[in-house]
Amino acid sequence: MKKLFSFKEGLKAGIPIAVGYLPVAIAFGLMAKAAGIPNYVGILMSIIIYAGASQFVGVNLLMLGTASWEIVLTTFILNLRHFLMSASLSQSLKPDSKKALLPLVSFGVTDETFTVASMNTGDKLDINYLLGLNLIAYGAWNLGTWCGLFLASGLPQSLKDSMGIALYAMFIGLLVPSAAKSKPVLIIGLTAAAVHTFIRLLPLFAGLSAGWGIIISTIIAAAVGAYLYPQEEVQDA
Amino acid sequence: MLKYVLLIIAMGFVTYIPRMLPMVLLNGVKLPSRLKTFLGYIPFAALGALIFPGILSSTGDTASAICGLAAAVALSLARLNVMFVVAGGIAAVYLYQLFI
Repeated sequence: MKKLFSFKEGLKAGIPIAVGYLPVAIAFGLMAKAAGIPNYVGILMSIIIYAGASQFVGVNLLMLGTASWEIVLTTFILNLRHFLMSASLSQSLKPDSKKALLPLVSFGVTDETFTVASMNTGDKLDINYLLGLNLIAYGAWNLGTWCGLFLASGLPQSLKDSMGIALYAMFIGLLVPSAAKSKPVLIIGLTAAAVHTFIRLLPLFAGLSAGWGIIISTIIAAAVGAYLYPQEEVQDA
Repeated sequence: MLKYVLLIIAMGFVTYIPRMLPMVLLNGVKLPSRLKTFLGYIPFAALGALIFPGILSSTGDTASAICGLAAAVALSLARLNVMFVVAGGIAAVYLYQLFI
């Protein structure tokens, strides 16, 4: 890895995230509008909360007239998975990173920025790279929200359906090349997918929120990995 | 209006805290090597859990999603840039829904 992980590199690495965020954010804007809540609610949610799933759920619960504390609790549980991701990033970020910037870049931790940053830079993550990545992802999310709220129904349904796969395709593009090269990565990825599928299928876990499902399967798979492959031998994957 | 704004601020707060605390508290701190290994594996584990089974319900019907999944895996194995993997996945789903 000889590349310098600059702000500009971060912006570039964020383009696939932006492509994936736009249609989802547009859908969010459309949904907020259809729900009949004031436009500024959708706008503020994207500016202040900046977390896809919980914004959809939030609007939905608002529509159903759910108590505020319950909405806040649901949001917390849905987004608790970022705790793991932020902990993992804290170790890949260079130790001499500017401390004053940490509270700012940590605001931008999402499933997508976390995975792109981790997979592209290993343990030499530069804080400027993260800033660039966050900026383009956050920009796309907010732009999409406005488009959904103000530019009518926009894209045809068939195109929107096809765009639904965008972020998943990006995750695949990040994981598969590493998994093809490294057995630990392959085992860990497959374990997580299998455990998550298991959790989704078992009626016992039917009441479990999406956030918990991801947290539990991620922890189990990473722990299995740490048990089977105690030395980290995959960093340059 | 105030009720909405306060609610959004509270939602933002509980979202921000788990994002912020570990990074601020743990960056530059030397952790036990087992824990560091575990944290190093989190990205791969998270990717596996994020992809599956969620991808199956991402396009409105499972068959087209499997088609997009296959295209994305094939393009990644061909070592194409992530941008092309994303474009190829979208195209595969679009074409599938168009013709089948």
